Amino acid sequence: MIVSLILTTAADAAHGQALSSMDIGALIRNGLSIICLASGLFFVLAGTLGVLRLPDFYTRLHAAGMTDTLGAEMILLGLIIQSGFTLLSLKILLVAFFLLMTSPTATHAVANAAYQAGLKPLLGKYKAPSAEDIGQNNSGKG
Amino acid sequence: MEHFMAYVNLGAALFLLLSMAMMLGRLLIGPTLYDRLLAVNSFGTKTVLFLCVFCFVIGRPDGVDIALLYALMNFIATIAVLKFFRYRALDISLENAHSTQNDRAAE
Repeated sequence: MIVSLILTTAADAAHGQALSSMDIGALIRNGLSIICLASGLFFVLAGTLGVLRLPDFYTRLHAAGMTDTLGAEMILLGLIIQSGFTLLSLKILLVAFFLLMTSPTATHAVANAAYQAGLKPLLGKYKAPSAEDIGQNNSGKG
Repeated sequence: MEHFMAYVNLGAALFLLLSMAMMLGRLLIGPTLYDRLLAVNSFGTKTVLFLCVFCFVIGRPDGVDIALLYALMNFIATIAVLKFFRYRALDISLENAHSTQNDRAAE
């Protein structure tokens, strides 16, 4: 992306539009949008890695539920900043509102259903799974 | 600068696609039903985000409506799957559901 920024700036300069003639408002807006998008993507990646790597269902739920909410809101906030005061921005705000309402509710519902069904959380100090455990998991539950 | 923002949005969309592909791993290997359901729910959230970002990439704002629809549908689908796997039916009212739960506890 940085390379493409340099290339685009060079192309603009070649067309006689230097960086100083650029609208400073658009620069600030795009900068804020990039910051929000980047932090949102970071949280989304953190949540995905947590869901993949954490040892227990409830810890996976923690990773997915918390970081997906914050990451989604940050990405949608970045898009809202990028589009300005338009109808599109209002629609994205609606998407953000519904995600903010439904995502924690769905996470709570999944957690409650798992707890009611008797899924026990993994307690005690975490030990890395040995080769036999991995073999048992693969053969046993599938 | 417009070109640059298009590249940023394209990169974000590809990143979200990568994240969705990684979430499919938990969907496939998840040991319990709830792991898979959590993966499906998170996948749906990422799909909504991908649709919103992809609208900005292709420059057509129509897809945000689809994203709005998908955000609501994803939530309802999660709740419906949870209810089905708990009571093995979808047409149970809440009072009957509680009595069914008590009967199961009595059994």
